Amino acid sequence: MIDILRSEWTKLRSVRSTVWTLAATAVMMIGFGALLSAAVKNTADGPVELANALMASLSGAMFASLSIAALGVLVISGEYRTGGIRTSFMAVPRRLHLLAGKAVVFTVTSLVVCTLAAAGALAAGLAITQPAGLTPGEVVRSAVGAGLYLTACGLFGLALGTLVRHTPGALVAAIALIMVLPALVRQLPGQWGRTVAEHFTTNAGQLVMAGGGGGSSLSPWAGFGVYLAWIAVTAVAAGVLMRRRDA
Amino acid sequence: MTAIRATNLSKRYGPTVAVAELSFDVEPGRVTGFLGPNGAGKSTTMRMILGLDRPSGGAVLVDGRPYHELRHPLRKVGALLDAKAVHGGRSARDHLLAIAQSNGLPASRVEQVLETVGLREVARRRVGGFSLGMAQRLGIAAALLGDPEILLFDEPVNGLDPDGILWIRTLMRELAAEGRAVFVSSHLMSEMAQTADHLIVIGKGRLIADTGVDEFIARSSQGYVRVRSPRLAEVADLIGTGERHPDHLRVTAMSTLEIGTLTARAGIPLEELTHVRPSLEAAYMELTKDSLEYTS
Ligand SMILES: Nc1ncnc2c1ncn2[C@@H]1O[C@H](COP(=O)(O)OP(=O)(O)O)[C@@H](O)[C@H]1O
Ligand SMILES: [Mg+2]
Repeated sequence: MIDILRSEWTKLRSVRSTVWTLAATAVMMIGFGALLSAAVKNTADGPVELANALMASLSGAMFASLSIAALGVLVISGEYRTGGIRTSFMAVPRRLHLLAGKAVVFTVTSLVVCTLAAAGALAAGLAITQPAGLTPGEVVRSAVGAGLYLTACGLFGLALGTLVRHTPGALVAAIALIMVLPALVRQLPGQWGRTVAEHFTTNAGQLVMAGGGGGSSLSPWAGFGVYLAWIAVTAVAAGVLMRRRDA
Repeated sequence: MTAIRATNLSKRYGPTVAVAELSFDVEPGRVTGFLGPNGAGKSTTMRMILGLDRPSGGAVLVDGRPYHELRHPLRKVGALLDAKAVHGGRSARDHLLAIAQSNGLPASRVEQVLETVGLREVARRRVGGFSLGMAQRLGIAAALLGDPEILLFDEPVNGLDPDGILWIRTLMRELAAEGRAVFVSSHLMSEMAQTADHLIVIGKGRLIADTGVDEFIARSSQGYVRVRSPRLAEVADLIGTGERHPDHLRVTAMSTLEIGTLTARAGIPLEELTHVRPSLEAAYMELTKDSLEYTS
């Protein structure tokens, strides 16, 4: 397995799309965080509330989630596009090992980059908003939460890329499931509609960043767990098909 | 040990039968040509050998085991399927390094194979900018990484210039001379005649011939004698052998001299007495003509 991890790390670091998508993720996190924090600060009458300040700092996650998901998609769909997947399967005929190797390397890389980007966004945003009652623990928890959330979005992309095998198709699926549908299902009527909306992909997943509140019945970790379940189901379907399909 | 053994190997894609009940062995120490017209099922067979496509029926073993059971497959089998199937954004070195690492091969092997295929100078260049010839060399470098006993090449000379063709031919002969099993596909008989020791000929997914190249050449270049005469029926009666055609007689059992002597003695005039030697290509066309998917 260590051989596969080494190999996947070489593949990940040696293409430009990795650098670009990770850079875009960091820029959006820090840029939007600073921008929205400035807006919040300017429109506030008195000191900015801590929850609002944190939320403003991490507001870039909405878009950053898409760029990291794009990287997740490309990690596998890029191989299907070029036909390089055959070389990979020849080298590692146990396809699930290959997929696991990709997931592990992606997860570690993404966790590091996204948590750092979130920390940068929090540092910039909080320096602007200067909220009252700030504790270091709260900042660290938010940064880690954002790193986890964004990495989960990337893994969602990886699972969808494996399932769809086609870059544009997988990107559309990722955008729909991460951004569009979660907003749409919020319009569902009634108690049943609200339950569906709360448990829908990123609606549940992003609770881990906000640190509670937001009017959801799910706790941050429960919400993140629900999101991981979505990703796991997609990944299992993708893995089963990957094993079975001709390359 | 037999390097590759296919037993009743079959593959269907929906209604298309790509490979049908194919059985053959590939032995070490020689170049085995895998010959067949376009669409005969050569690439499909190779993908099944490498565990990429799942057979619809039958089985194929590599060194006695299914491919996916090989622990470090690249140390046993090296293959070049499609030279252009690489991520264009990667350097040649990184491309090979990722493949080497996946099978626990040291980075020094990458440098060695780059040297072998003559890509050392361009190792840092993105492979997207490689010519087909360079891409082909890169693909061969990847196949050689694990120093494998078994090598598969799918139409390796397609689109190459004469230099490249000669280089690949020589390489394949050398690899076989080192005792490795080399399995190489082509749709051109002339190509195989110059490279292969043994031939497996398929058409429409079915086995047509499994024979030594020398044998194949001997049999097909034997040819026949064509006899034309205004009194063809008399000639046929006289020599007592041959195949009657409307305007000529086709004889395989007698030489031109024998036929000429007999007809001269009998005073029968001849219009033509020719030993027809079909080219290797023609022999191959004859063999596969029933299995051509489309006739142009
Ligand atoms: N993935 C596929 N899906 C559907 N049909 C295929 C596929 N691969 C090959 N075929 C069909 O199987 C037959 C054999 O193709 P192939 O193995 O590529 O032949 P060759 O390599 O000898 O030219 C052809 O009729 C081809 O159209
Ligand atoms: Mg082919």
